[in-house]
This record gives sequence, structure tokens and C-alpha cells, in this order.
Amino acid sequence: MDKGKLKFDFWTIITILIASLFTVFLIYPLFSLFASSFKDPLTGAFTFNNFIRFFSKKYYYQGLINSFLVTTSVTILAILIGSSIAYIMNTYKIKGKNFLEILIIISMLSPPFIGAYSWILLCGRNGIITRFFLNYLGIKLPPIYGFVGIVLVLTLRLYTFIYLYVSGALKKIDVSLIEAAESLGSSPSKKVFTIVFPLILPTLLAGGLLVFMNALGDFGTPMLIGEGFIVMPVLIYSEFVSEVGGEANFAAALSTIMVLITLLLFIGQKYIINKKSFTMNSLRSMQPKEFKGLIGVFSYIFIYLVVFLSIIPHITVIYTSLLNTRGQIFTNEFSIKSYKLVFQKLGQAITNTYLYGFLAIVIIVFLGMFIAYISTRKRNILTSVIDTISMIPYIIPGSVLGIMLLLAFNKKPLILSGTSIIMIIAFVIRRLPYTLRSSAAILYQISESMEEASISLGCSPVKTFFKITAVMMLPGVFSGAILSWITVINELSASVILYTANTRTMSVSIYSEVIRASYGTAAALSTILTLTTIISLLIFFKLSGKKEISM
Amino acid sequence: MSVSINIENVIKKYDRTIIIPNLSLKIENGELFTLLGPSGCGKTTLLRMIAGFTSIEGGVIKFDDKVINHIPAHKRNIGMVFQNYAIFPHMTVKQNIEYGLKLRKIPKDEMSRKVDEILKLVKMESFKDRLPERLSGGQQQRVALARAIVIHPSVLLMDEPLSNLDAKLRIEMRSAIRDIQKEIGITTVYVTHDQEEALAISDRIAVIKDGIIQQVGKPKDIYTRPSNVFVSTFVGSSNLLWGIVKIDNGIKRLLFDDGFSIQMNKLSDEVKDNQRVIVSIRPEEFSVKDSGIKVKIKTSTFFGRYINYQIIPIESKIVNNQHYLEFTQDLGHVHEFFNEGDVIYLFPNPEKINVFTEDGEKNLIRDVKKNG
Ligand SMILES: Nc1ncnc2c1ncn2[C@@H]1O[C@H](COP(=O)(O)OP(=O)(O)OP(=O)(O)O)[C@@H](O)[C@H]1O
Ligand SMILES: [Mg+2]
Repeated sequence: MDKGKLKFDFWTIITILIASLFTVFLIYPLFSLFASSFKDPLTGAFTFNNFIRFFSKKYYYQGLINSFLVTTSVTILAILIGSSIAYIMNTYKIKGKNFLEILIIISMLSPPFIGAYSWILLCGRNGIITRFFLNYLGIKLPPIYGFVGIVLVLTLRLYTFIYLYVSGALKKIDVSLIEAAESLGSSPSKKVFTIVFPLILPTLLAGGLLVFMNALGDFGTPMLIGEGFIVMPVLIYSEFVSEVGGEANFAAALSTIMVLITLLLFIGQKYIINKKSFTMNSLRSMQPKEFKGLIGVFSYIFIYLVVFLSIIPHITVIYTSLLNTRGQIFTNEFSIKSYKLVFQKLGQAITNTYLYGFLAIVIIVFLGMFIAYISTRKRNILTSVIDTISMIPYIIPGSVLGIMLLLAFNKKPLILSGTSIIMIIAFVIRRLPYTLRSSAAILYQISESMEEASISLGCSPVKTFFKITAVMMLPGVFSGAILSWITVINELSASVILYTANTRTMSVSIYSEVIRASYGTAAALSTILTLTTIISLLIFFKLSGKKEISM
Repeated sequence: MSVSINIENVIKKYDRTIIIPNLSLKIENGELFTLLGPSGCGKTTLLRMIAGFTSIEGGVIKFDDKVINHIPAHKRNIGMVFQNYAIFPHMTVKQNIEYGLKLRKIPKDEMSRKVDEILKLVKMESFKDRLPERLSGGQQQRVALARAIVIHPSVLLMDEPLSNLDAKLRIEMRSAIRDIQKEIGITTVYVTHDQEEALAISDRIAVIKDGIIQQVGKPKDIYTRPSNVFVSTFVGSSNLLWGIVKIDNGIKRLLFDDGFSIQMNKLSDEVKDNQRVIVSIRPEEFSVKDSGIKVKIKTSTFFGRYINYQIIPIESKIVNNQHYLEFTQDLGHVHEFFNEGDVIYLFPNPEKINVFTEDGEKNLIRDVKKNG
């Protein structure tokens, strides 16, 4: 009896604690956002004017249309490219597959704005490739800025999500399903459409949504390469940041519109997936076959070209970071001048990144494990609510989160604006879902009888959680935490709204260095960030013995 | 239309390892033919070669007279039932069954008639619109069977279709499969490593070991007259004892180590005087008499219908790795039961027992067919 009570107490305390944290740092800011979007900037009275203003001026609503144009194009392209590569790589033997996969994961996990800025270095007005074509071939390349550039950069990064998702789904298809289709008379192309495609469709939808949300919320890419082509996050940012105070309500209204859109998409996708859901467990997965003929050659070219294009930004930043600079221009000799400058001027950004990242990841791991545990093992109304709330970060674009937090915590009783705490909170909220999801996934695989066995042997439930359950959860927690960690240190869209001179991180500094056109220091910082990402990944692969990352 | 399957000198290799060295087999039109053998002997491999999912490294496989080696699986018109059923998870029961029919461009009304017919045959009418996730193992099995036979395949291939079911359901489904197969009269190749299942279901059985066919025959022939020691111990259990053939005035006797001997009229003419042989006796082929092989009861186990005794011969020698012999008493017909430690005399039935050459490779009973 005594022990039963203790267990009840501990998890109740945790549940209440988490519920309060969510209320204060997520629900309250969200409502602050909604409230402020209906406020008149001068009088503070209730008004619809902010929304009316948005829909009545072409300059504003064009941002929404542009966002949709970009996002839809990116999603379609990413799905086409990502799923074809996944299909080819899983059905045929491709030389260098492991290497390609690592490159794909690296390009997936690096921040998109590095891509944007590298493509500017290459194909921008003054870009290396642009100049090469102009000077040696006399060809004037079409400008990379605007719609084309955004779509290029985002597609080259986001197809990787589709690739990983679809690869995972393809591995789950038991070959006997495909053989069954063949035995019933299905030709190779038919079976792709009648069996393989429907089986991966739910995954494709989930991946598509992820890509859509990412493309919709991305701030760095359109800000750097978009120029006149304004999209929603850029609009929100400039309304909020440029004219201090006065436009906050309008920015809040824009944010509210975005949240509503993402919410609708999210619910729609959940609804479709629930209707289409079925479980697959594969005893024998597909064995890659040898390639034959011309199709093989084209497939090789296609895959290697796409992967090469998506890794170009990294090569570019690493290479240019080692070049000497004169003013804004790279010269042809090598030098570590950029690195020296970075450490002189921006050393704090580096320490901030690691420090905040570390603190955020510790909080994320604990929260992730606890929330996963209470929502799978201690089902009740409150934990279900927590479970649902923990989905919210999926639908909140980074810049919106930034504005939410600022609006909520720039006044009493809790003033956090400008502090490192608010940065860490933003990181935790944005990147918690990765760890949470993988923790929950592994909990479903751990039989409850493990815990019961431990308790039956005389270990208290709380102790059992730490000694048995938590330990067994670690591999799953770890694989989510690595994603959280890497995406935390690369976070830009929320930090760019929340940072101050003392709390700037590497991502923010890269962004502001690019804006100031000091490409040398930007390249050096990007290299440090990219290398951190790669090293984290390699450590993860080494420790987990895996060669893939689960989303 | 159903066809016969002719397998001629077929070879299967994975890289350099030879799985099936040279296998020939003729499966008659309309029969239920079982491939039986221990794990890893190549049953699945052979079945998948017939299906077209595995390449053939040598020899030919024909449906009737047509060589099918290079016809891709989806054009062979086969029906296949997979070990894990392979029901398409995104389609309902009905959609699963329609799948093959749609590919054959069967008109709508005919299709729904066929689907209804087959659902009735496998007793799944009421599950038509369910998704497979919500079906039990036995029900999924029926859907898999229905899906395979509704297209009227030339041959039906089944790879351990019952191995995922519990014991009771296995027996139920086994007769269901047999009934349905007989009703539609389709050539069926059935793979199992369960000898009891093979005996119960098959018209004929091929016993395979290491990719080589040991014997082909009707279940009864295989059980009563196994072609070699492997078959005699793999199909049912057999007690193996050493013995010596004695020929006296044309009368053949079998002499055991303890001096006991019996007259064996069924021995073939190729046996020689003083030839050392392996005698194979099934547990039910012993009877308790005043004379016979002298044995001691080690343990007795009560099974309800019969009692199984583990026994140790006192002087006769058991072949290699058998540690004890077995003897069963049918409860319905005997009156005397034995206890551990009892010494009794077991008399083998000369009409029933089998005698093999010293190497265990050949049955020395007259007219035993290796290929029946
Ligand atoms: N893809 C493969 N590559 C190499 N060897 C294989 C392959 N598939 C099967 N084998 C080998 O071929 C042999 C026969 O395998 P097969 O699956 O036909 O056995 P089986 O008789 O069906 O056994 P079981 O009763 O266990 O299913 C085994 O030794 C197996 O290891
Ligand atoms: Mg097998």
C-alpha cells in the first residue's frame, strides 16, 4: 500500500510539474499571441483591424501566396526526388550507399540558411560560377535570387526527410507482399502502383507534411536569397523587428494566421493517416538487386548529382572559410584569418551555442523521458492533454514561437526577454518533439512486465523507473536527443527574434555576418557549426552502432 | 487449367555453395504433393524456383511440356500461399481477393460472383469488408488461400502455410486445405517440415535431405516402407538395431546380438549370408511375447490413448546415437502394463519391420520403391 502511494505521488508531482511548465511556457504565450493579434496597437482595445489590414493590402497577402507557392513547389519536388532516390537505393545495389546516406543525413541536419548563403557565393551576382560563366563563356546565368533560389535551397535540403521516411517505410515492406502480388500476375510496374505506393503512402503524407511545415516556417533561406520575394516568416520578422513595438500586434496577427494554417494541415494529415493506417512488420525485407542497362546509368547519375548538389554548400563554406579575405571579397590565397576574426569578435557566440545547447538538451532529455512515460504508462485525462499539447511545437513556425515568447515575457510578472533563459526555453520547446517521439516509441517496445518484475523483486516503482525503464529507454532517447541537439545548435528562426548582443549564437551570428556581407567570418562560423554537426553525428553512429537516424 | 510439373536435373547454387545438386521430380496434374525435409534442406528454395522468385542454375522446370525457366513470376499463373500469408495490409479481405482478378481484367459481375464463391468456400463471407489487421491467424490464412485459388492458377504453391497457427487450428486448416484442393482439383505443391502434417494431407510426398530427394511415394508407402534409414527415422520414429542375416536352405532369418532370431520372408534376394544390417522397428511394431529381444523398461509415459515406454535392450546393440528404444502399447487392446525396471521380451513383427544395408542407404525388403 505504502509503495503504491509513493508511486502515485511521484508521478502525480511530475505530471503536475510538466503541466504547469507547458501552461506557463507554451499555452500562455500562445494565448498572448492570439490576444495581442486582436489588440489595437495604440489603444489596446479589441479589434479586427490587424487582420483586415493583412487581407486588404496586396503587399501583405502576397506574402502568404508566395509562401504557398514556395512551399507547395518544394514539397512536390522533395517528394519526387526523395522517394525516387529512396526507391532506387532500396531496390538496387548502389555503390557507395553508406557514404551517400551519411552525406544525405549531414545535409538534412545542417541549417538551410548555410545552403542559401553558399548558393549566393556560387551563383549570386558576384558568385564564382556566375563569374566563370560570364567571363569565360560569355553566358549570363539567370539570377539565383527570389523564388528559384528559395525552392532550390529548400528542396535540396528537405528531400532528405522524404528519403529517410520512405527508406524506413520501404524497409518495413515484407518481400512476401511483393511476391504475392507477382504470383497473382502483377507486372513489376503494376506492383509499384498497387502495392508499394499504397503501402508507403501514409509515410509519404507524414513526410510531406514535415517538409511542408519546414518550408513554410523557414526564415533564413528566404531572408538571404529571397530578396524581393517576400514570404510569411520574413514578413513577420520585418514587421516585428523593424518598427519596434507598434507593429507587434500586426506581427502577432500574421503569426496567428500562420498557426491556423499549420494547425489545419496538421489535423487534416492526422485525419487522413488515421483512416489509412495499418501496421506492417517485415520478416524479410527487400533485397537490393543488381542494376542493368541504361536505366542503371541514369539512376546513378541522378542520385550522385542530387547528393552532390545538396552537399555543395558544405564544401563551399569549408573551402571559403580557409581563404583570405579583402573586405567582402575572397582572394585566392589560403589563410586562417577568418577563424582568427571569429575567435576575436564572436567567441561568445560559440560558447553560447554550446552552453545553451547543452542546457537545452539536458532539459529536453528529462522532459522527453518523463512525458513519454506518463503519456504511455500513466494514462489519464491530464497526461492525455499533456500528450496533445506536446504536439503544438510541430505547428508553430520558429519565428512565431519567438514572437510568442517575447510577447509573453517582456512584462511583469515574468520578464525574460533578452536573457539566455528565453533562448533556452525556445530551444527546448522547438526541439523537444524529436526526443519525446523516440522515447515514446521505445517505451511501446519495452514490455511492462519488465517493470513489474523489478517491482515484484522489491524495488520501488520510482526506483524501478530509474534503474530499469530509464536505462532500457536510453537507446531510443539517445537517438532522438541527437536530433534535438543538432537542430538546437542550428536553430535560427526563433533565436533571431530573441537574441541580444550577449546571447547571440553561432546561427544568429552567421546570419548577421552574411547580412553585413562579411562572408569570411560567416564561412568560418558555418564551418565550425557544420563540423560540430558532423562530429556529433559520427559520435552517435559510433555509440549506437547504427548507420542511420530515425525520425 | 491445372498442369503437371516436371522438374528435370535442376541445380541451385548460392554463390559457390550448392543447395540443390541435381533434382528431378514429376508432380502429376491435380495431386497434392508435399516437399518434406528437415530445416535448411532446400524445400523453400525448390518451391520458389517453381514460383519464379529464385533463379535456376541448371536443368529445366516444365509446366506440362512448357519450359518455364525464363518466364517471370507474374506470368507463370501460379497461386502462392506464403508462410506469413502476405495479406496486403492496405486492402480489405475482398480487395485482397480481387487483386489477381483485376489484373486479369475479369468483368465486374463475374468478379464479384467469383469472390463470393471463394469466400463461401473458405467460410469467410462475413469478413468481406474487414481490414486484415483485424483478422485472426486462421482467418488470414483462409484469405491467403482464397486469394491464391480464385485466379484459377495452373499450380498452387504453399510454403509452410500452417506453421504460424496453433496446434488445434493447424489440424482444422489442414483438412480445410485438403478439402478445398480436392474440390477444385488443382496441382498443389505443399512445403512442410512437419511429418505428421505431410502424412495427413498429401497424395504423395518427396522426402528431401540436403537438396537430394530421398524418397517419393504415397504417405502410407513412405511410412511403412521407407527407402533408407534417414526416411525411416525422419518420418515417424523408428528403433534401429544391429542385426545379421542368416540364410539356411533358402530360408532367411534375422539374428540379433542377444541370440534371438526371427524368420524374414520379405527380405529381397540380394541379401547375403552373414550380411550385417540395420533393423528398423517402429514402436508399434513390437509385441510382448515369451521370446524376443530382451529389454528393460527405463521409463513409461502415459499419453491417454497409448503408453510410451523407453526401453534399453539388455544385450542387443542399438545403432549409433540412439540412447534408448521406444515401444508403445495401445490402451484399447492390451491388458498388461509394465513398470520401470521390468524385464520383458519384445517380438518384432516380421511383416512390418524394415531392414537396411549397413550404411543405412538401401532398404533390403523386397519391392520397396524409392520412386513411387
Ligand atoms: N539467399 C540465400 N543465400 C544463400 N544461401 C541461402 C539463401 N537462401 C537460402 N539459403 C540456404 O539454402 C539452404 C536451403 O534453404 P531453404 O530456405 O530452401 O530451406 P528450407 O528447407 O525451406 O528450410 P526451413 O524448413 O527451415 O524453411 C539453407 O542452407 C539456406 O541457408
Ligand atoms: Mg522454408
